[in-house]
Amino acid sequence: MGQVIVITSGKGGVGKTTATANIGTGLAHFMRKRVVMIDTDIGLRNLDVVMGLENRIVYDIVDVVNGECRLKQALIRDKRFDNLYLLPAAQTKDKTAVSPDQMKKLCEQLKEDFDYVLIDSPAGIEQGFKNAIAGAEKAFVITTPEVSAVRDADRVIGLLEAAGFEEPKLIINRIRPDMVKKGDMMDINDILDILAIGLLGVIPEDEKIVISTNRGEPAVVDEMSRAGQAYRNITRRIEGEDVPLMSLDVEPTLFEKIKMFFGFRSKR
Amino acid sequence: MDFFKLFSKEDVASKEIAKERLKLILVHDRANVSPKFLEMIKSQLINLISDYIEVEEEGMEVKLTRIKKDEEEEDTTVPALVANIPIKRIKNIARV
Repeated sequence: MGQVIVITSGKGGVGKTTATANIGTGLAHFMRKRVVMIDTDIGLRNLDVVMGLENRIVYDIVDVVNGECRLKQALIRDKRFDNLYLLPAAQTKDKTAVSPDQMKKLCEQLKEDFDYVLIDSPAGIEQGFKNAIAGAEKAFVITTPEVSAVRDADRVIGLLEAAGFEEPKLIINRIRPDMVKKGDMMDINDILDILAIGLLGVIPEDEKIVISTNRGEPAVVDEMSRAGQAYRNITRRIEGEDVPLMSLDVEPTLFEKIKMFFGFRSKR
Repeated sequence: MDFFKLFSKEDVASKEIAKERLKLILVHDRANVSPKFLEMIKSQLINLISDYIEVEEEGMEVKLTRIKKDEEEEDTTVPALVANIPIKRIKNIARV
């Protein structure tokens, strides 16, 4: 029996889909797990594009719950890893095309066959969010170090706890160590203090994410990518390994080197 | 004194501003109080007090905020409902 994990955020554009793609690929490739990812963003599907599988879609989640095809027919096998699958969202329907009960049934079915069922949630806290969390046992909340994103994460954590999720875990995305160092970006501890939940991982801002999304190949398999490294660490933590946070130190800039040379020390 | 600080425009790191704003926003979000609710409290407070004290209604302010839990620990704050009620006149009935 596998486990069902929902990846959600409240705010849009903080990296839910990218996180789902990378964690799913990481669990499949590095941990050799059988993984299925479900895109529940009906009407605005994107996980297929991030995975580079957009040309292979025949059936989608709405077809499955309406009984227009069998579940197996709608699952798309990843182009590189044969133990990784995607159940795409419908692009032409809306969020009411699926009900929370149908999601529950679907997740029950999928966890018989897979070690991990990862659910990519839509932004917002309405019907689509309720569908996304309906069949899940665990929740990962993703945020960026911005006031608006952390605020929405707080709201979502409250809703998850009210829905019976015991310990949602936090992923902090797009941290810029250089800005944190200058005191111009909230750091990990600032955010953890405010949200008061456990940390699953921290992803540094990384241009490689843009490049990998252009290609439709998640950065987690890119050995050179810092964000990829962070996602590899997350997949190991999900599997129960104790992996320390990667160092986010930045090289001192030339200006700082000059300051150090003259003996000025930063107070921070 | 940090010589290089002379070149920086703002004294407070912007993340401190972000943190303070966020904490205050979350006090409201978590308490789930609307401005309408605060207005309700305000008008009921006026009703209650005006028998004894004439208050300046325009200057009155009721808001959710955060206060230090105790004097020594700077970092631990708790949510608080704070009412600022400017007094015009204390009515005779109050001076028993």
